[in-house]
Amino acid sequence: MVETSYYLILAAIIFSIGATGVLLRRNALIIFMCIEMMLNSVNLTLIALARQWGNLEGQIFVFMIMAVAAAEVAVGLAILIANVRHRQSINIDEINLLRW
Amino acid sequence: MSWSLLFFLLVGAVSLAAAFGVVTSRQPVHSALFLLTNFATLAVLYITLDAQFLAAAQVIVYAGGIVILILFVIMLIGGETNDFSAAQRAWSRTVGIALGVILLLVISYSALSRTMAPSEETAALLQGGSPKAVGLELFSKYVLPFELIALLLLVALIGALVLGRQQEGAGEGIPSVKANE
Repeated sequence: MVETSYYLILAAIIFSIGATGVLLRRNALIIFMCIEMMLNSVNLTLIALARQWGNLEGQIFVFMIMAVAAAEVAVGLAILIANVRHRQSINIDEINLLRW
Repeated sequence: MSWSLLFFLLVGAVSLAAAFGVVTSRQPVHSALFLLTNFATLAVLYITLDAQFLAAAQVIVYAGGIVILILFVIMLIGGETNDFSAAQRAWSRTVGIALGVILLLVISYSALSRTMAPSEETAALLQGGSPKAVGLELFSKYVLPFELIALLLLVALIGALVLGRQQEGAGEGIPSVKANE
């Protein structure tokens, strides 16, 4: 049985890579994927700790996070498409208007 | 070194490599495929953590739904921007990487500052995270959040429909992203 701390370290590294990607990239789609990756690393943490404490509630949390992530992707991509319609750009530096 | 640890290290290495690929790929399509690899390896790790139901849900929801949706949008708007140059300041990449490393150190320290006892006896108590165990918990104790999630998904569906809808008389189709901006 692999120790829980190894899973926590792996999740921490993946989360940091995702956060660094959000800081470094300018393409809104890739920032989107990085956010998904960060959500997934948190899911890994919750499942690892659910096994650690022998408690299913962590897994229930992960189920809820998955549903929220699916909703977030649907709305976020729709916003992105609406922006491309108006500005012909997905560069995050040029997305700076709340309305147009 | 036990076989389970070796397996964990192998799968974890693939997962980390895929995560690097998502951030460093120049083409968004490659990023999406690396993301798919990352999700698949995480599903394998879920199985090693006795969460079989969530491993299946991970493959269905993330690999089967979310990545496909992202790929559709990439194909629809052609998401290529040369974002490694242009408007970025010279020091922004250095600062970004430094902030990432600091974040990693802080998270690792807070995760490992208290030593965790291995949990041989609690694993049996978990009943293996099978669909039966998770479903019993979900439909008894957490039935209200479950219904709220259904409502949330409905609202997100309608919201995405409204946002992505073609405006009345607003030109034809979805324009693609200009290259080289």
